[in-house]
Order: sequence, then structure tokens, then C-alpha cells
Amino acid sequence: MIRLEKRPNASKAWSYSTPLLAVLLTMIFGGLLFAALGKDPIAAIRTIFYDPLLGQHAFFYRPQLLVKAAPLILIAIGLSLGFRAGIWNIGAEGQYIIGALCGAGVGLAFYPTESFIIFPLMVLAGALGGWAWAMIPAVLKTRFGTNEILVSLMLVYVAENLLRGMAVGLMKNPEGFGFPGSRNLAQYPSATSWISQNAGLHWGVAFALIAVIFAYILLTRHMLGFNIRLAGQAPRAARFSGVNPTRLVLFCLGTSGALAGLAGLFEVSGPAGQITTDFNVGYGFTAIIVAFLGRLHPVGILLAGLLMALTYIGGEIAQSQLQLPAAAIQLFQGMLLFFLLAVDLLTNYRIRLKQGAAA
Amino acid sequence: MDLSSINWLLLLASLMVAATPILLAGIGELVVEKAGVLNLGVEGMMITGAIAGFATAVESGSPTLGFLGAAVAGALLSMLFAVLTQFALANQVASGLALTLFGLGLSSLMGQSYVGLKPPSTPKLDIPLLSDIPVLGPVLFSHDLMVYFSIALVAATWAFLKYTRAGLTLRAVGENHEAAHALGYKVVAIRCAAIAFGGACAGLGGAYLSLVRVPQWTEGMTSGAGWIALALVVFASWKPWRVLIGAYLFGGITVLQLNLQAAGLKVPVEYLSMSPYIITIIVLVIMSSGRSRGALGAPASLGRTFHATG
Repeated sequence: MIRLEKRPNASKAWSYSTPLLAVLLTMIFGGLLFAALGKDPIAAIRTIFYDPLLGQHAFFYRPQLLVKAAPLILIAIGLSLGFRAGIWNIGAEGQYIIGALCGAGVGLAFYPTESFIIFPLMVLAGALGGWAWAMIPAVLKTRFGTNEILVSLMLVYVAENLLRGMAVGLMKNPEGFGFPGSRNLAQYPSATSWISQNAGLHWGVAFALIAVIFAYILLTRHMLGFNIRLAGQAPRAARFSGVNPTRLVLFCLGTSGALAGLAGLFEVSGPAGQITTDFNVGYGFTAIIVAFLGRLHPVGILLAGLLMALTYIGGEIAQSQLQLPAAAIQLFQGMLLFFLLAVDLLTNYRIRLKQGAAA
Repeated sequence: MDLSSINWLLLLASLMVAATPILLAGIGELVVEKAGVLNLGVEGMMITGAIAGFATAVESGSPTLGFLGAAVAGALLSMLFAVLTQFALANQVASGLALTLFGLGLSSLMGQSYVGLKPPSTPKLDIPLLSDIPVLGPVLFSHDLMVYFSIALVAATWAFLKYTRAGLTLRAVGENHEAAHALGYKVVAIRCAAIAFGGACAGLGGAYLSLVRVPQWTEGMTSGAGWIALALVVFASWKPWRVLIGAYLFGGITVLQLNLQAAGLKVPVEYLSMSPYIITIIVLVIMSSGRSRGALGAPASLGRTFHATG
């Protein structure tokens, strides 16, 4: 008879090792999945996890790693603050789109003027756009008690439709021969987020690192960070100690929205280059996995973002070399979240084997 | 725009078809939430049901088998959620999200060879006599079996929760799992059964999309229907008949919006397509404003993890 016994305190050792255990389990079961699809599992796993880092063409893939990881880390850092406090923003995808639209809008409005001020203005607009989009569920929650999960998610579909409307309407490239999609911002020197395209460096990478540092300081050294953790772990105690839940909701949703908006802006003015109908590729949802994989800890999220970027790039290589379907990679990432949540049991509970029936 | 070009009777008939997927998924989720479990994986189970039902129907040539397959697939997928939340005691919100992400990946993997195929058509069931009534007959009584099944399911769920002992037990588990446990009810087993029922219903709803409403398979075809079903439960204040009303209201808006597009309303398609989601938000706000969680009728143990210590 297996019995679970709640630990008085979460186990430190397990809390560090469970993410690794989950990755290992995902590799095993992912390998089985790939085998079921008729691919060599060992080769597939090696292609995904080893080749982009240390393989023959790694010099080509390593910069891409940063490009993919930056938006994931930026968004996940914001989400993790809310998740810690029990505030569930799952509409980061929408905030990402709106950030990109606002930022790109500013950039396109200035075209073809060249000035050093244009890019900072775009950054501001991107952050504000994402922030404002996240303020909708935040204000509805604090004013009317509306569930932020459903509202933030519904707004993703609204944002997607808005994106489509913009790509074929207002933001369409007038010199684009009627094709949907805006002008290419990556080819507009004052508006591009690229610092060095060859090294995979754009301003989003820099901002992601800054966000990690700020989040770390906030959570470990600042009263607000303490309140966020308190509200998540002991809501009653938080109320008694005078934590203002309204301000916490506004702060957490606002910050995650602004960061997601920034991620969208850096993407549209760099790697993506333009507003297109299918500009968003699901970073907002994958970032949820990244936040949990990193155990909602800034440093963990940094590592988790890099690992998830690895599966994206490795997945693309596996797609072209092994004809592994793209959906298999998506499933692989979903599996990772499952195993993470499952093995998390070990952090908070002891598993006891007992003879006979449990009392 | 030419409003007279809209056939209002046809609109009424297609409203019922448009509402059925979210009605099925919504009534399933209602039972799950009544048992005190918040399963946010409806979208994932729906889309898995959509492809499982589609694939089964195409391979077997029978839509009935397709729906059956979809229900089984939805229930199986929901068991992953049950294992995570009931046995591994994981956070229900996170586990539900995981289920949705997993389901979206799984469905697009399963659906690769089914893109562009046509499913066998689900036969219409003209109810004798009633369907001969002029005007109303063809609108109300000339649908396929699943439309009537979904309504019957609402009635059955209502009767089950209100009049049966098992229904009362289920509600007790949802209201106060500690007390239900102390009374000797098997909280985890009851919740697992509810989760499986919810999964099967979501699967059926998904299959209705891919077999009847659209009818074909495209990746990500549920496009938020599962989330709207979740909102529907809140809208209905956890009452079965109100899920029906909500689903038909919502179906009406969807169909009207599509008809307005066809009638050439001078608003770009993209902006009209937003309307179902925006209206869902507005409805959620109206339902939640000025009332406490208790007054809304949410089960008291909703979303809380149960761990038997005694």
C-alpha cells in the first residue's frame, strides 16, 4: 500500500532535481513516441538535444538559440510572478500580439524617417500595448471579480483577429503588391531590434537578461516580491498582514502583459520582421511550460527558456533531417509539462510504502 | 448591407447546430465542477475528440462509431488529468493547461493524414409528425440525433443532480470534500468518474464540430470553443438548464455574426469574428459583478486539492 505523507517543508533537493527528472522522463516517453512514428528514437533525441549545441553545424544553430529563448524567457518571467501569487494570466499570447502591433505601428508611422529616438519609442509602445491588454482582465477581476483565466484567454482570440485585420488592412505594406503583411521593420535601420544578426543578438535578448535580474532582486530582496510569494503560499496570512490584493493583481498582470508586449515588439522588429497574419507562433503558451519548468524561479526560467528553445530548434532540424512531424515536437513539449506537474509530488510529499491497509 | 437576405428561420435552425458542441462540452464540465474539480483542459479534450471522432468515422464509415470513438478518446485523455490532480495532487489550473497544450499537439499529430478528407455524413432525423409542422417543424425537429441527444443529456444531468442519491453525493463532494470523506464517500473515485464524464462530453462536442458542423478536419479547429464552454458554466451559475440557454444564446450570436458577414455588413470579417469572444467576456463580467462566489453558486471546494490525511 502506497501512502503519501505531506512534508512539513518542501524538499530542497527534490525541488532542484524534479525538473531534470521530468526532462529525463519526457526524453524516454518522447523516444517511445518517435519510435511509434517509425523513427529511430536515439537519433531523434540526439538531433533535438545534442546537434544544435555541439553537432557539426552547431555554430549555425547556437545564435538561433538565443533568438528563440529571448521571448520565452521574457514572457515566462512575467507569468511566473502572477503564478506565484495565484493570479493566472494565460493570455500572454494576446499581449504579445498587441505589443507587436503597437510597437510596429509606431515604427511604421515614422517610416522612412531615420532617428535614434524611433526604436525607444517603439519599445515604449510595445510595453504599453501589452500592459494595456493585460489591464483588461486585471481591471475586470479587481472591479467585478471576473475570472482572469477566461478573460485573458478570450482576449487571445480577439488579438489574433485584430492581427489579421491589421495585416490585411491598416498596416499592409503599400508597396507589397497587395500581399498581406506590413513593411519589413528588420530592413528599416531605425526600427530594427537586431544588434548583431549573426550572433543572434537583438534587444530582446538583452531585455530578457535584465528581466531575469530584476525578477530575482524583486523576489528575494524586495517587500513586493515577498508579498507576492506570501499571497500565493498563504492567502489568509497575506490578508492579515495587509497585502492589498487589488494592487497585487494589477501589478502581476500588468508586469506580465508589459513583458509579453516587449517580447512581441522585439520579435516583430527583428526575427519576424513584419506584421503578418500568422505572426504569432504560440510563444505565449509555451512560456507557461517554461515558467513551470523553471519552477517559477528567475534563474530556473532562464535555463528552462534555453532548454525549450533547444527543443524548438532541434525540432526543426529533426523535421528536415528525419521528417519528424512538427506536431510531434508540440506534443513533446506538452508531455514535458505533464511530467513536471506529476513529479512535483515528490517535492511536497513523501511516498511511504506501508504493509497492510492504511489507517 | 441587406438584412432581408438573411433567412431568419434557417438562422434559427443553424443556431441549434452551432450551439451543440459547446452545449455538450459545457454540460460535461458542469458535472466536473459540481464534483469540485476545475478542469481547464476542455479545449484539449474537445480537439482530441474532434480528430478521434473524425478518424474513426472516416475509417469505419460510420458517424455513430465516430462519436463513440470521440467520447472514449476524450475520457481517456481526461484520465491523464485525473491522475495528475487526484493522485499526484498537482495544481488543477496548471494541469488543465497542460492537458490543453498536450491535446492540441496530440490532435495535430493524429490529424496529419486526415486533412482535406470528407467525413461520412451524419443522417438527419426527421421526427415524424412534429417535423411536418409548417415553419417550426423543419426548424426545431429536423436535426441530426446529436442535437436531441445534447438536450436529453442536459435533462438527464439536471435530474441526476437534483433527484438521485448519487447526484447528491457528487454535489456533497464538490461542496465539502472533507465532510464527504468523513461520511465515507470515496472522494477521489467520484471525482475521477466525473472527470471521465466531462472528458467524454467534451470529446462528443469536438466530434460534432468535425463531423457535422464544419464538417472536415483542420488543425486547431476548435478555436476556443472549449474555453467558451468553460465560460458557459460560469454564465449558467452551475445550473444545467442555464447551460442550455447560454449555449443557444451563444450559438445565436455566432450564427448571426456569420450571416452578417455573408449579408455584406461593412465591417471587415476579422472584426466580426471577434464578437463571440467579446460577448463571452461581457457576459462573464455581468455574471460576476456585484455577487460573491457563494451567491453565484460555485461549488465551495472548486479547484481545491483533496488529500486524505485520516
